[in-house]
Amino acid sequence: MAITLTDAAAEHVTQFIENRGKGEALRLGVKTNGCSGMGYVLEFADSIEEDDQVFDDKGVKIIVDPKSLLYIDGTELDYGREGLNEGFKFNNPNVKDACGCGESFNV
Amino acid sequence: MALLQISEPGQSTAPHQHKLAVGIDLGTTNSLVASLKSGLAQTIADENGDHLLPSVVQFLGKTDDGYHTHIGFEAQNNAISDPLNTISSAKRYMGRGLDDIKKHSLYKFVTDENSVVPRIQTIAGNVSAIEVSAEILKKLKQRAEEALGDELTGAVITVPAYFDDAQRQATKDAAKLANLKVLRLINEPTAAAVAYGLDTGSEGNHVIYDLGGGTFDISILKLTKGVFEVLSTAGDSALGGDDLDHVITDWMLAEANIIDPNASLLRTVLDAARQAKETLSQQDMTELSIDLGEGKLWQGELSLEKFEQLIKPLIRKTLIPCRRALRDANLEIEDIQDIVMVGGSTRVPLVRQMVGEFFDTEPLVDIDPDKVVAIGAARQADVLVGNKSDEDMLLLDVTPLSLGLETMGGLAEKVIHRNTTIPVARAQEFTTFKDGQTAMAIHVVQGERELISDCRSLARFELRGIPPMVAGAARIRVTFQIDADGLLSVSAREETSGVESKIQVKPSYGLSDGEIESMLKESFSHAQDDIDARKLREEQVEAKRVVEALLAALEEDGKTLLSAKEQSIIYQEISELSQFAEGSDRRAIKLKIEHVDKATSDFAQRRMDASINLALAGKKVDDIGSDS
Repeated sequence: MAITLTDAAAEHVTQFIENRGKGEALRLGVKTNGCSGMGYVLEFADSIEEDDQVFDDKGVKIIVDPKSLLYIDGTELDYGREGLNEGFKFNNPNVKDACGCGESFNV
Repeated sequence: MALLQISEPGQSTAPHQHKLAVGIDLGTTNSLVASLKSGLAQTIADENGDHLLPSVVQFLGKTDDGYHTHIGFEAQNNAISDPLNTISSAKRYMGRGLDDIKKHSLYKFVTDENSVVPRIQTIAGNVSAIEVSAEILKKLKQRAEEALGDELTGAVITVPAYFDDAQRQATKDAAKLANLKVLRLINEPTAAAVAYGLDTGSEGNHVIYDLGGGTFDISILKLTKGVFEVLSTAGDSALGGDDLDHVITDWMLAEANIIDPNASLLRTVLDAARQAKETLSQQDMTELSIDLGEGKLWQGELSLEKFEQLIKPLIRKTLIPCRRALRDANLEIEDIQDIVMVGGSTRVPLVRQMVGEFFDTEPLVDIDPDKVVAIGAARQADVLVGNKSDEDMLLLDVTPLSLGLETMGGLAEKVIHRNTTIPVARAQEFTTFKDGQTAMAIHVVQGERELISDCRSLARFELRGIPPMVAGAARIRVTFQIDADGLLSVSAREETSGVESKIQVKPSYGLSDGEIESMLKESFSHAQDDIDARKLREEQVEAKRVVEALLAALEEDGKTLLSAKEQSIIYQEISELSQFAEGSDRRAIKLKIEHVDKATSDFAQRRMDASINLALAGKKVDDIGSDS
């Protein structure tokens, strides 16, 4: 399994990292909080930890800590638009149910 | 599925805990809202893809909890058919009194017995500029919340650097009406510097030339390692792109031989003028046509050359504050690294050319001059809600005029000087003038002149409950504090007793830039007169103090220590000195004080001896020795 990006997501990540001017990787992960158990982490990364798993897709370096990987392995990161709102989506095959807003989830 | 944004390392928020902040450029002509998404600051477009929201509100009627309105383009389109209920350029009226609002105003302003705030008569009732601005803010808030997918935590709203206390307060009031939390008000040029400074990272002195719709601001900022310090600001809040439109309008009216246009025709011509200005930023010639009604049509053309000839005096007018800002900052033209162009009117090639020539530097136009302020405000908002882990930005702004208070004799004592960086708190100690004085009036003033009558009165309050003491014994500490939004609060505290009194300065309405400018000019040209006037007043105050002290002394010890003849001589001296103090001959007053001093020195000596005797009575020499 692996973490992948859609073309739209890759394009935006590349643009945002370039705009930020530093950091080469994108960190994906989970945090235990939220109304349905777990929430996603989506951050710029300035350093890679020893235990981090590194994935490369479409020129973007994605890092995930080993614990988080259990919950999001196989995820495809997408970028989309809903009305005026634009942003990233986790298409995570591990999710059993999510809260109404989809910001937190359970496996 | 909710949409996520990329956070800074370690700054991921829990679901539903997003700290969404926006920057709002509440402009005279157009307003914008911007936010940071995944670290990238962008203005937010509406559903039609328009970023700019015309700052125009059409009032249609009243609802239970507010007004039924059209806002933005829709209102702008209806402006011709419904000119009196469609309010544009409301920012010009923010925090202003009725007298300040005159030129080119299409609206009927009224004030009522409940409030000094001028209101515009519309079909929905009388509305103030604050309410008009609140409608615009509500619209922007709604747009931002749709685009960000959640409620806003707060907003940074920009105001012209020259906005005074009343105008800033009016802006905050508008936000409150729109149910929008203001994280901070920041100056527009400072926001522009934030947008540019971080993007380019260049250090040195930068000029922000902001020719917006209704205001002109020039600021000189010093950028060092991500810290922006405003060295000086100057400007003209009654000069902007609108005025360029107005000179073209006046020219068109003259060409078309329209003598007394009604509101809707004036609006038509104004729109045509605005269109012509935009066209002439790209082309050498533009065709004009105005529907005069009754099937009549006026057609003409405006060449770039004629256009530039019309607007040149206005652009030249912007260079006067440029010169003053340089002088205030103690800089020469060669000290300026960059000029940042802000405001739609800086797209006019002649503006860029003349400003470039003045500063001998090619102006920067990398960021859309219409969006740069909102983008900077969004960056600042993001920092203020705590989405940034490092590289905290410190923003330093300055006060446009000195703030101080009235002292005896109608003199202005400056507590915070002009161009002091804010936020700031300064304290100064004052004392009582009369024996047994239990209250003190604090009169807060703004301005550069030495005499109160030449400064602007901001507020008055009283400190009561000072314990009775001899004159000069009370220690009254007056603290002036200006917060990060530029709002002033003044507190007074008598140190020995701890009695305290304070005021949040909220003047009824503000000063126009013209007034600020003329106040500054006067302070320069009257510098010598002012110093002379101050010295005279100081001498008069001293004379009165001597009179007060002598009368008190006579009251207390006159009978016991002086003969009737001696007393009458001193009374005579007092009465003469009082007369001299009324006059305007400073030297004469000074000499008379010295004379009275001599004439009463014997009395003073006797009083001293008497009080020493009293203090020593019943004490042994040893006790006195151990006391000293």
